[in-house]
Amino acid sequence: MTTMRVGIYERAWMWAAGVLIVLFLAMLGYAAVAQGLRPPSHIETIDPRAVFDDPRFANPGVTAGPDGRVIVTSLAMTFAFQPAEIRVPANRPVSFGLTSSDVQHGFQIVGTNANTMVIPGYVSEFTTVFKRAGEYLIVCNEYCGVGHHLMSSKLIVEAAP
Amino acid sequence: MSATANRDDRLATANLGVAVAAFGVAAFMAFMQALSRANLELPGRSAGMYYLSVTAHGVLMAIVFTTFFIMGLGVAFTNAGLERRLRYPRTAWAAFWIATLGTVMATWAIVTGKATVLYTFYPPLQAHPAFYIGLTLVVVGSWVWSFVILSTWTAWRNEHPGQATPLEVYGMLAAIIVWLVATIGVAAEMLFQLIPWSLGITETVDPMLARTLFWYFGHPLVYFWLLPAYVVWYMVIPRLAGGKLFSAQLGRVVFAMFIVLSTPVGFHHQYMDPAVPSGWKMLHTFLTFIILFPSFVTAFTITASLEVAGRARGARGLFDWIGKLPWGDPTVSSVLLAMILFAVGGFGGAVNASFATDSVVHNTAWIQGHFHLTVGTAVALTFMGTAYWLVPRLTGRELELGLLAKVQPYLWFLGMLLFSIANHITGLMGMPRRVFDATYQGSAIAERWQSLTAISAAGGVLLFISSTFFLLVMLGTVLAGKKTASREIQFSETLQPEPASSSIFDRLGVWAAIAVVLVLIAYAYPIYSHLSMPTFGSPGYKPY
Repeated sequence: MTTMRVGIYERAWMWAAGVLIVLFLAMLGYAAVAQGLRPPSHIETIDPRAVFDDPRFANPGVTAGPDGRVIVTSLAMTFAFQPAEIRVPANRPVSFGLTSSDVQHGFQIVGTNANTMVIPGYVSEFTTVFKRAGEYLIVCNEYCGVGHHLMSSKLIVEAAP
Repeated sequence: MSATANRDDRLATANLGVAVAAFGVAAFMAFMQALSRANLELPGRSAGMYYLSVTAHGVLMAIVFTTFFIMGLGVAFTNAGLERRLRYPRTAWAAFWIATLGTVMATWAIVTGKATVLYTFYPPLQAHPAFYIGLTLVVVGSWVWSFVILSTWTAWRNEHPGQATPLEVYGMLAAIIVWLVATIGVAAEMLFQLIPWSLGITETVDPMLARTLFWYFGHPLVYFWLLPAYVVWYMVIPRLAGGKLFSAQLGRVVFAMFIVLSTPVGFHHQYMDPAVPSGWKMLHTFLTFIILFPSFVTAFTITASLEVAGRARGARGLFDWIGKLPWGDPTVSSVLLAMILFAVGGFGGAVNASFATDSVVHNTAWIQGHFHLTVGTAVALTFMGTAYWLVPRLTGRELELGLLAKVQPYLWFLGMLLFSIANHITGLMGMPRRVFDATYQGSAIAERWQSLTAISAAGGVLLFISSTFFLLVMLGTVLAGKKTASREIQFSETLQPEPASSSIFDRLGVWAAIAVVLVLIAYAYPIYSHLSMPTFGSPGYKPY
């Protein structure tokens, strides 16, 4: 009977699986520490029934922020984003701030990794840089009702002068 | 004594019957969705019908089909593994009727258009109270069933002091413990948030708290589906393939690890959420990767067991044992094909679990491509294959329409390959999941997805044909199958002698306690700090 040999295969496989997982975790850990690549997060609450009176979300759109950063404010509602068109410059940090006035929505800029949930009562924020000028499609990617598939807007990234 | 004297076969069959019926309705819904997604003009096609049918498909497949199938399997395997009837058969029947009543309530709310909130039912989308109460009753029924299986096991243990629990029962008990820990989350969401809110007792709910409670439940739910499928892989397939289980002790390690690690991972569904601190998301990422380990071990043990079977059938070379396996047996081929697609799904899962890559695929068609490989194939195809083997033994009727049963797993495999590959690619291209019409008013960017949605629809057609074959075989067997006396439910023998006496693995309370401690570490502080933050609730909306 070859119990011993079989035991060795078994152990080798378990070691290999363990090493693979440690490798995955080491990569994640390295990216988190050395490259600052951590899960996106922003903690801020807002009264969803008063967003239209909120100074930020009453007039959503593009504004200039401090340190040359571009600030985009967008409001999600069934079944549209406000504003319907966003223009930002290429190769500059762009900070997005979003909330919803009704149900949960998603905000995804197709062809990029800009992707966030938009939850009523909370403000989502993330910062990104668009390197490629052109027109992008923004879609709602969380089911929000019968017009979910109609909910989209446009992002135009303009090449720096 | 006949094979069935110690069994509760009618109860097991009743549970499987509801599972198969729910599967049939849900499969038809899926067929309509696949065609609709490819923009084929169907009679009665509308956005409202599409989202209604997505809701019905999700609830009936992911909650009803799986839970009832597992309840039926649990009864049959407990009977056969412990050679003992259930301790409280009438209570187990009560569990069945509670869950069935809940299913009827939730299904009524969905098909009458009062609950088009999808199977995730994120508030503040609000459904009819019957939807929430119905789903809660399904869970309550499953709790009663869990109690009966657990108390049957403790009775057996008292009758057989010092004996190791057979692996087929051990795996089921692991699934039950995972389920009991996990359902605390969804029960809290239902009882404290959604039911009072839908009845008008409370005015608002906190959508973020609801998401956290849902995903506390939503990921271990996956292991509740998967572990019973693993039980079949470990304890049924080696025997049917003509071999023996490579190691039962490794199986115990695997199931114990799932008990411990299944729940504290839910934030990996919430990487893109606001209001969940980054560090806690990170902790859940780490735990998510660790839970890959028991599945890697399973891949080894099952493959080794299959090699043992192939060699017992005369294979001599390095890989010819694969060809020697009984690919014509529908139960064996279902599991072999399910395992192949599950491996692909596992690697996709590593992409989802890494938050950086998840930001590209979150809520895109990639995700539906992914979980149709895992729950939609690894679990569902295993369950269908299991039914071909188990239903004749429970009902005392031979499998009818054997040719359809032989073809069905291959059709499923092919259909899922087309469906899943197309959805993975369109997801990477940015197509969101669950949209009635992905053309976005003629957007040139959306235009690029369209040929792939047609491939996905073709996959959907094959899957529907496969589902129809499965339903025909089931109906044919139950209604017209020849009577048979061979009703033994037998499990795999092990290659290495099994320790007969109980060990630390049989002390399920210890494993459950470790699981609870990990859950507290992963969830207590984030939920506490969320509750102590001033938040604004949302009133209900019904934009459907």
